[in-house]
Amino acid sequence: MSDAAIHARGLTKRFGDFTAVDHIDLDVRPGEIFGFLGANGAGKTTAIKMFIGLLKPTEGEASVAGFDVYRKSASIRRHIGYMSQRFSLYNDLTVLENIRFYGGVYGLRRKELEQRGDEMIAHLGLEQHKDTRLSELPLGWKQKLAFSVALIHDPRIVFLDEPTGGVDPITRRQFWEMIYAAADRGITVFVTTHYMDEAEYCHRVSIMVDGVMAACATPEELKRQFSAASMDEVFYQLARAGQRTE
Amino acid sequence: MMRTFRAFLRKEFLHILRDQRTLLVLFGMPVMQIILFGYAINTEVKEAKVAVLDLSHDVRSTSLIDALFASHYFVDAGHLRAPRDIEEIFKAGEAKMVVEVGPDFARRFAEGRAQVALIADASDPNVANIVAGYAGQMITRWTAAHSTAGIPEAITVEHRMHYNPEMKSVFLFVPGVITIVLMLVSAMLTSISIAREKEYGSMEVMLVSPLRPGMIVLGKAVPYLLLSLVNAAFVFAVGRFLFHVPMNGSYPLLAAEALLFILTALSLGLLFSSAARTQQTALMLSLFVLMMPTILLSGFIFPTSSMPWPLRILSNIMPAKHFIIILRGVMLKGVGIDVLWPQTLVLTGMCVLLLVVSIRKFKVRLQ
Amino acid sequence: MIAIEGISKRYDEVQALRDVSIDVPEGELFGLIGPDGAGKTTLFRLLVTLLLPDTGRMTFDGRDVVTDYRYVRRHVGYMPGSFSLYQDLSVRENLEFFASVFQTTVEANYDLIKDIYVMLEPFAERRAGALSGGMKQKLALSCALIHKPKVLVLDEPTTGVDAVSRREFWAMLRKLKDEGITILVSTPYMDEAAQCDRVGLIQDGQLLRTGDPATIAQAFDRPLYAATGEDAYRLLQALRQREDVEEVHPFGTALHVTARSDMDPDNVQRQLREQGFTGAHLAPIRPGIEDLFMRLMR
Repeated sequence: MSDAAIHARGLTKRFGDFTAVDHIDLDVRPGEIFGFLGANGAGKTTAIKMFIGLLKPTEGEASVAGFDVYRKSASIRRHIGYMSQRFSLYNDLTVLENIRFYGGVYGLRRKELEQRGDEMIAHLGLEQHKDTRLSELPLGWKQKLAFSVALIHDPRIVFLDEPTGGVDPITRRQFWEMIYAAADRGITVFVTTHYMDEAEYCHRVSIMVDGVMAACATPEELKRQFSAASMDEVFYQLARAGQRTE
Repeated sequence: MMRTFRAFLRKEFLHILRDQRTLLVLFGMPVMQIILFGYAINTEVKEAKVAVLDLSHDVRSTSLIDALFASHYFVDAGHLRAPRDIEEIFKAGEAKMVVEVGPDFARRFAEGRAQVALIADASDPNVANIVAGYAGQMITRWTAAHSTAGIPEAITVEHRMHYNPEMKSVFLFVPGVITIVLMLVSAMLTSISIAREKEYGSMEVMLVSPLRPGMIVLGKAVPYLLLSLVNAAFVFAVGRFLFHVPMNGSYPLLAAEALLFILTALSLGLLFSSAARTQQTALMLSLFVLMMPTILLSGFIFPTSSMPWPLRILSNIMPAKHFIIILRGVMLKGVGIDVLWPQTLVLTGMCVLLLVVSIRKFKVRLQ
Repeated sequence: MIAIEGISKRYDEVQALRDVSIDVPEGELFGLIGPDGAGKTTLFRLLVTLLLPDTGRMTFDGRDVVTDYRYVRRHVGYMPGSFSLYQDLSVRENLEFFASVFQTTVEANYDLIKDIYVMLEPFAERRAGALSGGMKQKLALSCALIHKPKVLVLDEPTTGVDAVSRREFWAMLRKLKDEGITILVSTPYMDEAAQCDRVGLIQDGQLLRTGDPATIAQAFDRPLYAATGEDAYRLLQALRQREDVEEVHPFGTALHVTARSDMDPDNVQRQLREQGFTGAHLAPIRPGIEDLFMRLMR
C-alpha cells in the first residue's frame, strides 16, 4: 500500500441515491497538519466517519495508520485520537476523572495513567482545578483539555472536528500551538475548521465541494492558483459554486 | 386577536400530527390500557368452587342446592356447619362463594319469605361479581319452578361481599383509564410542548413579541384542552362499545366535570413548564410528580380505603381521586350533582388555585 | 436609537456583565464581538426585555427598556442564538405563524423580506429541520423582520454557518441597514468586524472598547511585526525566547510579533538567520482588530 498516515483512492459513500462523498483521493503524510475544509453539507463529516471506522464506505479503498478501513476498523481506533466540538468530555466529571476515564478506555496502566495525568494537568496549568467539574471551566480550557485527552494513548493520527469554534482568540492560538507541538512529535493532525486564518496554519489543505475534492495543496499554492490574497478568498471562490446544502 | 389564536391552534395541531410519538401517546396508549385492563380480567367463570351453609336441611333446601350444582358453573367445595366457618374457607382459598340457606327454609318458602345469602370473596372482584350473578339467576329459576304459592319472589337473596365491598371490576377501570389519559394528555403534553418551545428558542421570540403572556398561555392550553376532550370521548366510546360499560348518568354533567378536571390538569402542566427548561425535564417531572402518584394514590388500582393514613391524606390532594369518584358516580351509579357536589367543589377549588398560580408564575421575562 | 448606560448583570455565581455602556444611533450596523461566554447573549437579552439588569439603564428609541417593555416588544426584531424555528414546520408555515404572532401577514411586509424570501422560495414546503445552516439562518431572519421592526437584534447569526453563507448574510444585513433599520449583531468571528459601521469588543462581561472597525486597531500601543520563515513552529519558539519580544502569536501565514521598545527588527532578522532560519523575514505591519483584542484581553 503506501506509507501515508491517511490514504484514500476513489473513496465513495452513497446513502440511497445520494452520493455524500464522491471518489475522493487523499494522501496525508505522517507528521503533517492537514486542513480538511468544506461548506456545510459538502461531505466532510461523512468522510471523517469513514476514516475513523464509524461508517463503511460504499466503494473505493482507504487506510488509516496503515490499517484498512473495511477490515481493521478496531485497529484504527486504537491508533487514532478523536475530538469534536460536540462530543468530547463529560461535563459532570472533574478534570481528573475525565483523564482517568479516557486513559482507562485506552487501557493505560494505573501507574502510567497517574503519571500522564499529572503531566497533562501541569502542562495545561490546571493544578488548581484538577478536582473542578468540567461544567465550571471556560470553553477554551475544556477544548485544550479535550485535545490533550485525545492524545493520551499516543495515537499516530488525531482527528479534530472544528476544535476551536467559539473560542476566544488567545485560547484559539494556544490551541494551535498545541497542534504544532503534537505535529512536531510526529503525530499526524487532521483538522476541520470554519476559521480561514486557521487554514493558513496547515501544511496542506483540501477543500470539498458537493462531495468532490475540489482542491488539495499547500495554502501558498492554492492562493497562487486562484490568484487570491487569502485562503478565505480561495474558499469562497470554490464553495460558492457548490449547489448542495445539508 | 382571533387570527393569532387560530394560528396557534393550527401550529399546535401540525406539531402533533407530525410527531408520531405524541400521536401514539394520544391514541395508542389509552386503547392499550383499556384493552389490557378489560381483557386481562376474565369475564366468564367456569367451575367456581362454592361451599354451602345449609341452616335448614329440609327437602326444599336440598333441592335448591342440588339445582345449583347441577350446572357446570359450580363445583361443590363442601358443606359448612356454622357461620364462623365462612371466614375460614375464604382464607384457605377453598371457595369463591358460600351459599347460606336461612333456617326453616321449606316453611318460609311456602309463605314466600325464605332467605338465601350469597357471600362472595371479593378480593377477586370480577369473579365474585360473576359467580354471585350466576347463583342469583339460578335461584330465581328454581323459585319459578317450585313456587306453589305463585309468589315470584318467595326467596329474598342477600348479596354480601367479603374483603372488597366497593366491588372494583372492569367497569370501574374505565373511569380510571379516562382519568389517567386526561391527566397525561393535559398535563404532560402541555408541559412538554412549552419546554420544547424553550429548547427551540421560539419561546424567546414569542416573549419578545407584543403578545400578552395570557395569550401565549391560552395559545398553548386551548389546543390541548380540545385534544383532551376528544380523547376523553374516544376512551369513553371504547369503554362503552367494546366493554359495554354502563352510562347511567347525565351526559352534560359528565362533559362539564371532564372539562373541570382537564382545566385542573392543564394548570398543573403549565406550572411544571415554568420549572422545566428542556423537554426531558418536563417529561421526568410529569412522570414522577404526576403520573406515578395519580396511578397509585387515586384509587384507580388500589382502593384508598385500605391505605395507611399518611397515604390516604396524600390521596386527597390528588385531583384524580376526586374525579374518579365523580366519574364512577355518574357512569355507574347514575347519580347527579346533588350527590357529587363535595368532590366537584374540591376539584373546582384546586382548579382555580392552580390556574391562578400557574398564570402568575408564567413570566413575561426569562428570569 | 439604543442607549445602554452602566449595565451590570449577575447570575448566581457568574458576573455576566460589568458596567457596560453602548450608544447605537439610528440606522447603524453595530457589531458586538467576543468569544463564547463573554456576555453577548446576556446583553442582548437585557436589551430585548427578556432579562432585568441589576444596575444601569437602557433606552430604546427614547423609551425606558424596563418600564416601557411593551413598546420595545412591538418594535424590535429578535433572533436568538439557537435560530428559534419550529423544525417540524415548513418554511412557509414558520413564516405564517410568526407573522400572525406579530398580528400581521407575510404579504403586508413582503417588500422588506422579498430579497431573502426569494432565496427560500424553492424550499417553501420543506421542513425547517431539513434546511442547511445557511437557509435556517435566512428563514430566522425573515421571521424576525416580518413586522418591520425599527431595531434588529441578532445573536450570533453566523455561528456554525459556512463561509459562503456568512458572506451572503452580511450582504443582506447591509441592505437592511440601507432601508433604515438599526441593527445590533453579535459574533465570535473577529474577521466579521469589517462588515460593521462600529464594533464593540467584549470579553468576560466587560466592554473592552468600541469604535470604527477601520481605526479601532490604532489603539494597539506597541510596534507590531509580521515574521515569516520555513518552520513556523520552531520560529515561534525562537522568537518567544527573545528578551526584546513581548509576545508572539500565529496569524495566518505569519507570526505577529509584539515588540518591546528596544527591539530592532533588522537585528532580530539577522540573528534568526544565524540561528538557521535562513528565510526568516520581519516586516512592520498595521495591527488588526484581533491583535487589539488579544492585547486588551491581557
